Amino acid sequence: MPRSLFDKIWDFHCVGQRSDGRDLIYIDRHVLHELHAHHAFARLEKERRELHRPDLTFAVQDHTVATKPGRDDGTNPSGTAFIQAMRDGCRKNGVRLFDIDDPEQGISHVVAPELGIVLPGATHAVPDSHASTVGGVGALAFGCGASELTHILATQVMALKRPKRMRVRLDGRLGAHVSAKDVALRLIAELGVAGARGFAVEYAGSAVGAMPIEQRMTLCNLNIEMGGRSGFVAPDEATFAWLAGRPYVPQGEMWDRALAVWRTLTSDDDAAFDSDAALDCSDLEPQITWGTDPSQVVGISGRVPEPAAVDRGRRAAAESAFAYMGLTPGTPLAGLPIDRVFIGSCTNSRLPDLQVAAAVVRGRHVAHGVVAMVVPGSSSVKREAEAAGLDRVFRDAGFFWGESGCSMCAGGNGDRGEPGERCVSTTNRNFENRQGPKVRTHLASPATAAATAIAGRIADVRQLLAGAA
Amino acid sequence: MQSFTRHTGVAAPLLTDDINTDQIAPILHSRGLKEDYKAMLFHRARRRDDGSEDPDFVLNKPQFRDTGILVTGHNFGAGSSRESAVWSMLANNIRVVVARSFADIYRENCLQNGVLPVVLTAGDADVFVARVVAVNGAAPFTVDLVTQRVSGPGGPDIGFEIAAADRTRLLEGLDDIGLTLKHIAEIVSWEKRAARTQPWLQETNDSRR
Repeated sequence: MPRSLFDKIWDFHCVGQRSDGRDLIYIDRHVLHELHAHHAFARLEKERRELHRPDLTFAVQDHTVATKPGRDDGTNPSGTAFIQAMRDGCRKNGVRLFDIDDPEQGISHVVAPELGIVLPGATHAVPDSHASTVGGVGALAFGCGASELTHILATQVMALKRPKRMRVRLDGRLGAHVSAKDVALRLIAELGVAGARGFAVEYAGSAVGAMPIEQRMTLCNLNIEMGGRSGFVAPDEATFAWLAGRPYVPQGEMWDRALAVWRTLTSDDDAAFDSDAALDCSDLEPQITWGTDPSQVVGISGRVPEPAAVDRGRRAAAESAFAYMGLTPGTPLAGLPIDRVFIGSCTNSRLPDLQVAAAVVRGRHVAHGVVAMVVPGSSSVKREAEAAGLDRVFRDAGFFWGESGCSMCAGGNGDRGEPGERCVSTTNRNFENRQGPKVRTHLASPATAAATAIAGRIADVRQLLAGAA
Repeated sequence: MQSFTRHTGVAAPLLTDDINTDQIAPILHSRGLKEDYKAMLFHRARRRDDGSEDPDFVLNKPQFRDTGILVTGHNFGAGSSRESAVWSMLANNIRVVVARSFADIYRENCLQNGVLPVVLTAGDADVFVARVVAVNGAAPFTVDLVTQRVSGPGGPDIGFEIAAADRTRLLEGLDDIGLTLKHIAEIVSWEKRAARTQPWLQETNDSRR
């Protein structure tokens, strides 16, 4: 029987079925972060349980670490206890930790693929809802809570109900300055914030095939914003080329063996999907959110919608978003004055994201009164960006250039906006108060965020670069 | 895990869709390992801009101070996977959430902690919400997982469906890790098989060392 890629990975990793009917799915790579790790380590100790496979477990300090140059455990005082508790737990349990001062520290979803820790066809879990970022290299990932995290540490499996399968076909050639972020935002707008709930999503189609691996990661990262726990792209030659030579990938003869298996990781031609969706990306313009959930999206030339144009079931949410965002229906998004720009997070902080932003910023300056930040997704990305001189480009333009971490995405490290500020952010959630109390977040791509920082207003990067601004 | 058989309490209507875990359990600026989950629940929504309590927020109203059942809309618990969004419910003795639907990770986190996620049929949900609004906290409802019924003022009992396995797990307060460790032999034999067929999955070597 023809099988989808999801079925192939799931079935291979299914160790057995538990008495309650749940499948036990083996987790090949488990990555912890400090916000939740201490709960798990404390519980294991209390229950006198051991880690089943510390060698398949990694830990990264990312959520609470300060971004200030020269940072240490104490720079963000509200993170100190978390950072130290995870360090302590990792030492006691023999887990490889990418600590705050490790040259390869960073956001877990950035670090795991860039070091080759996650692999095509591998299963992956992180106690974080954006775990499926690594679906960009063809891994099947699950975000989880603290109890499931503890369960994985003790057993190396997750007890899961088999999700349904969805395929999203993305076709057409992306226009200039349009990226995976714009595609994903449009898709969430079309399918809704619960459109993929209960599904594992395979992204396919010519637009996906043409995306560099980093953009595929952006696409898969935003899968949870339409409710899907797992989202991935079948690995292809571009994936293998991207992974080759990374420190933790198999080497030599083992690489060849792995490659032979990885080349079979596609959905069979007649594989069945429980749901299908499609989007033609040819005429897509840069996208931006106007509201307080990631489905409240318009094109950059669009306007805040009139309530009558919003689905009846979504109208109350729209009204509440208008109030929180301080926007009136009919207002054009482009031209709205902003206070802050953030470029970073597991969504958009990899080297190509920073290159795109730097190309927009180069030779220009951040508008007067705007606070603009760039926070690389990992210390490796930061180093590579610096080697290419990008830090100078950003600094000369008036950006803050920080140490790597989650930073202003959720503000867990103290980086946050001031009440009432309007912020254009390359992150994943425009929820109320997420980037600080009363902060008004607009999600957009690195190119749009960079152009906006320069203009001091929400800007169409295509116009800025054409000299119109 | 604490088991769940039945729970009686005031039912509070918070009838918006897509309430996310950033709203339920916000990341607060001053925090530590021992968090005050009771105070964390809807911490921002409960307060006005000056920090004082917002008397209009449903859980602040006198009749809903001791809410035991939260009644809400579609896609409850969207967003971040943080389990504090369930622990903060427990800390306030809210053991049942009746929603039109739940976000996947949030629902799993409920099951891990003895919190009962209830989804009624659309018609029953309309009726139940109307009863909850009408009684306005004056009398409690009871949610019984043994009989799979919701009972309380304003009408007859309402039945609800839940997967048999989820029901058993809550009723018996089963230790999830213990349940899985019964399969440790299968786990180990899978590892041996994978080490033969796809050895790169079973090892993590930094090739630079």
